[in-house]
Amino acid sequence: MTSPGIAVSVDRVVKRYGSVTALHGVSLDIRENEFFTLLGPSGCGKTTLLRAIAGFEDVTEGHIRLKGKDLVDQPPFKRPVNTVFQQYALFPHMSVTENVMFGLLRKGWNRQEAERRVRDVLELVQLSDFAARKPGQLSGGQQQRVALARALAPRPEVLLLDEPLSALDLKLRQAVRMELKAIQRETGIAFIFVTHDQEEALTMSDRIAVMSSGHVQQVGPPREIYEAPINRFVADFIGETNLLDVTVESVNNGMAKVLLPGNRSFECPAAAVDARGPGHLSVRPERISICAEAAGDLIATVTGHTYLGTDNQLHVKLVDGEVMSIRLQNTESTLLPKAGDVIGLNLEADAARLLAD
Amino acid sequence: MAAGAPVGAGGTSHIYQGSGWKLLAPSWIIIGIFLLAPVVMMAVYSFLTKEFRGGVIWEFSLDAYDQFFFDRGLFGDEPPTLEWTYIGIFWRSIWQAGLATITCLLIGFPTAWFIATRNPESRSIWLFLVTIPYWVNLLIRTVSMKFLIRDTGPLNEFLLALHVIEEPLGLINTNFAVQLGLFYSYLPFMVLPIYAAVERYDFSLSEAAADLYAGTWTILWLVILPVVRPGIIAGCILVFVPSLGAFLAPDLLGGAKTFMIGSLIEEQFKGNAGNWPFGAAASMILLTIVMCVLLVYARNQNKAEVR
Repeated sequence: MTSPGIAVSVDRVVKRYGSVTALHGVSLDIRENEFFTLLGPSGCGKTTLLRAIAGFEDVTEGHIRLKGKDLVDQPPFKRPVNTVFQQYALFPHMSVTENVMFGLLRKGWNRQEAERRVRDVLELVQLSDFAARKPGQLSGGQQQRVALARALAPRPEVLLLDEPLSALDLKLRQAVRMELKAIQRETGIAFIFVTHDQEEALTMSDRIAVMSSGHVQQVGPPREIYEAPINRFVADFIGETNLLDVTVESVNNGMAKVLLPGNRSFECPAAAVDARGPGHLSVRPERISICAEAAGDLIATVTGHTYLGTDNQLHVKLVDGEVMSIRLQNTESTLLPKAGDVIGLNLEADAARLLAD
Repeated sequence: MAAGAPVGAGGTSHIYQGSGWKLLAPSWIIIGIFLLAPVVMMAVYSFLTKEFRGGVIWEFSLDAYDQFFFDRGLFGDEPPTLEWTYIGIFWRSIWQAGLATITCLLIGFPTAWFIATRNPESRSIWLFLVTIPYWVNLLIRTVSMKFLIRDTGPLNEFLLALHVIEEPLGLINTNFAVQLGLFYSYLPFMVLPIYAAVERYDFSLSEAAADLYAGTWTILWLVILPVVRPGIIAGCILVFVPSLGAFLAPDLLGGAKTFMIGSLIEEQFKGNAGNWPFGAAASMILLTIVMCVLLVYARNQNKAEVR
């Protein structure tokens, strides 16, 4: 049923609330010792799936297996998984130590062992000095680490994290990302991390499942998700991209010949496309270069630019009125074309991703 | 105000500060006349000498307190022994009020929980239903209760007609009837503060506890009850304090055996048989007990605020 090396196997899980379907037969395998991210816009079903794994939601159909054991009929307090909640849900009347010890005592650890474990876990999240404080006396970042320590203490087989960074401010969030990743490496258990922040997903994950409207759109390592999106949703949701309407003229030996807007032809890897017809070409803004009008794959009129510090973002309009953006590294700004200039655009064939209609 | 503050701002704040105590003046007058003055009067009266047809003689005396605590025989010339009559009445009152508080808590907590976990529209309907009895005067409600449960009342007649019972239950003039009266009178005082606390309760705490291997009862005991404790304590005080001094329920529903502090005090000021200094002394002792309860509450609140 479940192959070795798989921590959690989500098998055709359907979740319906009355007439609303939150999960449409989702299947996923999460490997042991993996930082796995469920990424998607709000309402895509990622939190529902996480809550189903934790046991807070019953599934309508399907199975969730933890190392081969079916969890579906188990109440949350019998599942060997722990959760870091979005707003932390720390017990306000208990000290940090008591919060972290809560799960251990419920699991029947004896007091000495529990106390030792609490000390170790608090050291891991660098909160040893705050053991006697109440959650209300801690900053947001410290509370987040208590929540993490509390969930890690009982040695869960899988740790579930429900947007744990969303309540922190930007600077802190960036610092905690690396810390969280390091803790995952150190504990060696699978983390299932829910977020709507694609940058978070790209920087922390071993693999990402991109979800939308109750479906898994694509599963893969961050680089694959970013560079080889399999459909328009993924291409558009992850990072910035330019989606061009193109016509596929022929597919040969894995290479496709397409007609770009403006009727110049262009050759690129066919990816999943295997037939002639309308298609879309996704090109990242940083994978486009500018050149003389005659030499370009596309002809465009510059409409303006935005200064981004490390980069300049150039806004252009194609002959058919489609708007594109191009990122140029901020080296010699003198070369930046001005609004109204007509320029040529060269697309990097290897970085262009052909998508079916 | 800082010396360098702009004239406009300084002027505004001067007016504002100046009107502070003026705004409070009406409250101070009302509290002074209707709250502090009676208490002070009561305290003074408790140290005066009784006049036989009610009223007082302005002459300092500890007789009232002496009468409360000590027995000096029929003619007042024997060595004092502890007088149990009044202490007994107080003890019984505390016991009755405590029992009523526990009953209200056991019924009120699930009620409040039920209301707080409904959707917002039905919550207001349920709360409205809980407070409806308060539209009717307490005396009328208590008298109605008496008519309802007396031996020839509808309850007994209904049960007799159904042959559930062969004789009237004899509820009236028992501790049970007093409990029923107290419970009915003060239940909303338990429900409302607990409702307020449960409504603020973050249910993800229960989820977190379940996630950390706690079963339903453990969650209730270790997480829910401690978190909503301020509401529970407030409810208990709001029920206990008026129950302790209640005289309508024990008077109308109970008999001689259920005599409580409220009735004892009431009698001292009624008709010609009264003893005003003694009633005042009993009131002061009751006040002391209530203050002690409130101090415990205040200490609890302070502790809760530290977190």
